Amino acid sequence: MLTDVPEIELSHLDDLWFQVGGTRCNLSCHHCFISCHPKNNNFGFLTLEDIRCRLAESVTLGVKEYYFTGGEPFLNRDIVPILMETLNYGPATVLTNGTVLKDSWLSELAEAESDSQFSLEFRVSIDGFSPEINDPIRGEGTFSRAMQGVTQLVDHGFLPIITAARTWPLEREEEVVNQFANTLRDAGYKRPRLKILPTLHLGEEENRTHGYRPTERIDHSMMHDFDPSQLICEHSRMVTDRGVHVCPILIESPDSLMGQTLSDSKKRFPLAHGACYTCYQFGAICSNPSK
Amino acid sequence: MHVTPVINLALFAQIRQNKYEIVILKTFFRERIACLGGIYNNYLALEAALLDARRRGVEAIFCLGDLGAFGPYPDRVFPLLDRYNVQCIQGNYDHSIGNHLDDCQCGYTDSRDNHFAQISYDYTLANTSSINCEFMRTLPSEIRLQLGSLRVLLCHGSPRRTNEFLWESTSSDHFLRWLADSYDTDVIVTTHTGIKWYRQIPEKQHFINVGVLGRPENNGQTDVWYTILEHQSATSFQVEFIPVQYDFHRLSQEMQNEGLPEEFRATIETGWWTTCLEILPAKERKCGRY
Repeated sequence: MLTDVPEIELSHLDDLWFQVGGTRCNLSCHHCFISCHPKNNNFGFLTLEDIRCRLAESVTLGVKEYYFTGGEPFLNRDIVPILMETLNYGPATVLTNGTVLKDSWLSELAEAESDSQFSLEFRVSIDGFSPEINDPIRGEGTFSRAMQGVTQLVDHGFLPIITAARTWPLEREEEVVNQFANTLRDAGYKRPRLKILPTLHLGEEENRTHGYRPTERIDHSMMHDFDPSQLICEHSRMVTDRGVHVCPILIESPDSLMGQTLSDSKKRFPLAHGACYTCYQFGAICSNPSK
Repeated sequence: MHVTPVINLALFAQIRQNKYEIVILKTFFRERIACLGGIYNNYLALEAALLDARRRGVEAIFCLGDLGAFGPYPDRVFPLLDRYNVQCIQGNYDHSIGNHLDDCQCGYTDSRDNHFAQISYDYTLANTSSINCEFMRTLPSEIRLQLGSLRVLLCHGSPRRTNEFLWESTSSDHFLRWLADSYDTDVIVTTHTGIKWYRQIPEKQHFINVGVLGRPENNGQTDVWYTILEHQSATSFQVEFIPVQYDFHRLSQEMQNEGLPEEFRATIETGWWTTCLEILPAKERKCGRY
């Protein structure tokens, strides 16, 4: 069945991701593609020293941008110094659920960004413009807590990108986005930035809706006239406490582990997963809009 | 002037992958040049910039692409380019218009940004003559030249992708060094993002975004920008960003006459971007009003 699987080459390591929060999260979202929750220790935190080593190696490879995710990155006690250190090297983006942010951390980070020539982006996950839409997916009370986090970020001068997984029908997209923006403006975020993501039918989402069908795979014919730079694995790698993986989505798949160093991870990767199909369909789903 | 054709096979292959149909690679030797880009149909700013560059005594003028978009009367740009002997490369807009594609390939992800980009694109495509479309279709995707002792690569977005956004706040030094090394150059010169910037990459390489003439750069000023690069053997490399004042009231009136969106006119009149905002990274976005 898997004989027609195209392989993708890393053209250049533009985006270096860090699973800095491991799989530990204070929330247990029903659509989480790696099933993160408060007791999930499958992947551990990365330390400041881990990050320093990777940053040093990244210079030799010409990495363009750095991304930090989890789990919830702000459960990692090193996250503030990690982000501050990273801003000495290049732009940093941190993906958070916005529910555990402390003002003292945000003050430090605002100062660090101001002193740096590079952007510090916050991406805050909220999956709907009301508690009625968000909370059944992310947990009771999480809408209000995340909106509080957005307000904290705005008060500290950040312009967070609000990311939402598309759990509504595509034909309602414009209406949902408009309502989302209005809700954020009403909460004091006067120029809201939104990024809508497709759901990935892995982890908890597989239980909430369904997994990938066998036909949802990439074959060679689909690569004809396709711009491979649309695929995250063409220009990214993900560092976890186990080593370097092909992308931020597939870390739980054993074949995603490419090696222990960034240089080791330059190998070609077969696009054999259902999630590869989502990446193919929607393009660069993990990157910032400024890419 | 000594002109030598250069064939860089690796680069040629890269460009072929991007499906640009005609590639011209030549080496020109200069010491002082003007670079401009992102004209976006703003023929009034273009004329002011060209007059200014000639007055400043540059040896040659290069346009880094995106002749159309945003403003009125696309065909008024081309006689000026011809009159001032401006050597052009192809931007994503020129590739789209030249090949009559469905959209501008601007790379926006936001639906509002794409909505306004489409209005602009449809207007420009409908109002560009076939001879000018053909001119854009056949432009090269890069020019290489020698400036003093430095190798200079002129391109639109980046050497590797015409519509790549390289922002000041999201491009690490080591990435820019890798880019310059990979494309065998000392100096990379771009436009595309709409906001000028310059960084000396540690050791001896340089990255420059020359800004755009088509609209102000989201700083509340109505000026637009072009850039003069200079390198003589006895002096260090110089990058000078030049503000251009022009009759923006007239441009705005003509945009209204042509039925172009109020949002575009507001940008011309106030200096604040009202569209194409989602592509801005945090630092650049904070500098604007919206």
